[in-house]
Amino acid sequence: MTSDIILLGHGSGGTLSHQLLDELIVPLLSGYGPHQQNDAAVVPFAGQRLAFTTDSYVVDPIFFPGGNIGDLAINGTVNDLAMSGARPVVISVGLILEEGLPVEDLRRILIAMRQAADAAAVAIVTGDTKVVPRGKADRVFINTSGIGVFDHELDIRGSGARPGDVILLNGPIGDHGMAVLVAREGLAIESDIRSDSAPLNGLVAELLRVGGAAVHALRDPTRGGVATTLKELANQSQVEITLDETALPVRPAVSGACAILGLDPLFVANEGKLLAVVAAEAAERVLAAMREHPAGVEGAIIGEVTGGAAGKVLLKTAIGGRRAIEMLAGEQLPRIC
Amino acid sequence: MNFSREFRDPRVARCLLAEIRQAVDGQTGVLTFMEVCGTHTMAISQQGIRSLLPPAIRLISGPGCPVCVTPVDYVDHAIALARRPGTIIATFGDMVRVPGSSSSLLREKAQGADVRIVYSPLDAVALARRNPERAVVFLGVGFETTAPTVAGSILQAQKQGISNYFVLAAHKTMPAPMAALSADPELQVDGYLCPAHVSAIIGAAAYQPLAREGGVPCVVTGFEPLDILQGVLLLARQATAGVAKVEIQYSRVVKPDGNRKAQQLLAEVFAPADAHWRGIGVIPGSGLEIRSAYAPFDAARQLPVAVEAPREAAGCLCGEILKGKVTPHQCPLFRTGCTPENPVGACMVSSEGTCAAEYKYGI
Repeated sequence: MTSDIILLGHGSGGTLSHQLLDELIVPLLSGYGPHQQNDAAVVPFAGQRLAFTTDSYVVDPIFFPGGNIGDLAINGTVNDLAMSGARPVVISVGLILEEGLPVEDLRRILIAMRQAADAAAVAIVTGDTKVVPRGKADRVFINTSGIGVFDHELDIRGSGARPGDVILLNGPIGDHGMAVLVAREGLAIESDIRSDSAPLNGLVAELLRVGGAAVHALRDPTRGGVATTLKELANQSQVEITLDETALPVRPAVSGACAILGLDPLFVANEGKLLAVVAAEAAERVLAAMREHPAGVEGAIIGEVTGGAAGKVLLKTAIGGRRAIEMLAGEQLPRIC
Repeated sequence: MNFSREFRDPRVARCLLAEIRQAVDGQTGVLTFMEVCGTHTMAISQQGIRSLLPPAIRLISGPGCPVCVTPVDYVDHAIALARRPGTIIATFGDMVRVPGSSSSLLREKAQGADVRIVYSPLDAVALARRNPERAVVFLGVGFETTAPTVAGSILQAQKQGISNYFVLAAHKTMPAPMAALSADPELQVDGYLCPAHVSAIIGAAAYQPLAREGGVPCVVTGFEPLDILQGVLLLARQATAGVAKVEIQYSRVVKPDGNRKAQQLLAEVFAPADAHWRGIGVIPGSGLEIRSAYAPFDAARQLPVAVEAPREAAGCLCGEILKGKVTPHQCPLFRTGCTPENPVGACMVSSEGTCAAEYKYGI
């Protein structure tokens, strides 16, 4: 650890988060090494496999265009399970409420959670509620944990990318991060950017049905954005990935807001996007299936696995130049999810 | 017009690159062009422009990253103010990670100091209005691009009768450091890609002495990839023809006389002063200080604090890098002792810093 105190950047999902995990949390709590860190743990149980994951939500503001902390908390955990190839089944909800929170706000959040759970076909089966004195938390924090089961024998993991594979993305990047940032107090930018918060388990099931064993890895590029997630994939799989800048879908409003604020959409959080690493021969078939699904209409092939040079991500720029992509360093946007 | 697409057209880029190659065809030595502005440094790295240029052209980065040229004693002063009871520090995001002599604003924030990131000094004035019992200090760093809005914020605070808004001013101006670099015998600059937005304020005519007396070609260049390629082409043509004049590539924004209104705003609130440039030293008349008429808004005058003696990190070559004398890879700390998570020098901290650009985008 390069810092003796916890900094906001330790929660960014970028290099500082990795340092905290690899050097402190994982060695003390778990036997898994850094290359086994996937969105969900896959554990053997009674001769079968179970997927298990947990996530906490501290987004500020709690209501933003396109969603609120409630649907975010359900979709995030549903998606983490789905990225392991599992079918999400049950979810737990832990609520930490700040004294003084309007009941009406809580009601809206709970309704959003219930609707998101219904949309993703998962059941909320257990939970816990704590209230802390005013000022000791910020309105509401939510933890969700989830369990998923496998309907197939496929092995989907971050270490599965191989040279020659192509990278698929199911739509425009940066919507969630910019929607939250623009909604946050003190930013006088008017825009129609909405969070992309959505469940992806339906899309994943369809990609696996069509692609089968040709689907090598799935990841949802949340905190740290597409850049950080691809860097993790490149590290886990020990491969080099090359992206094509002209193929990256970004809404004009998002790229405009990013330009004003000095942000790069590649590093901005998404909550309804996935990256699929697919064998080249199945790419067109899987892309077609992605575009047929409501969650992947704007899907695109954004790059390929270009070699075995460990852990490198390169970008072919619009004018034909080449440059490296590194993981997010420090914090770009705290409390984005 | 969709600017982000029109100015990134790969076909036009290929044409410009062919013309650049043609312009330096037969050139024996290497032409060294300096991009002065940090935004250029980032755009060049982000677009991978160096990988496209012929070997006869070398681009080096100059002293135009505002955070990078801010001396360590300023950071220490800001940290001392952050520790002052009842004070809110309002700043652009980059400043919070810059290491001072023994701390940083980020560390102070993690330990309880009230440090807020704002996107405009006017947000800081609003913060002062909402918190009348606190002293709100805006960290005024940057060139003529940011200084007019800071001047505007002081005028607005005055108009609204806000007495708890202060600016810790360390603004710097162009083109004085460019003249200083041209005069440096260790450095051979064959042309300047002059700043885009600074020039929109001060006007392209400001570079006339550099070209006329200094004999250095100057091209005011925009920030889009095609702007930069065209700027390089114009510089290459001047340098190979042995002429030195001021050209405006970024003519859709920059005029020879600049923005008179912004200049008046600057002159109303600020007076020219000597300024300390990190790595370069003191350059006479290259900074701005708050005029005594606006002293009530000057944090340095109104909020006395004890500031520790400045200490530069050992081994850090930021100074040489800011002068374009060494590249990040020549610094012994680069990527090992100095990374974006644990920066030693400001060139690694600022999103516009040369080392940050090389760390983030270098292949």
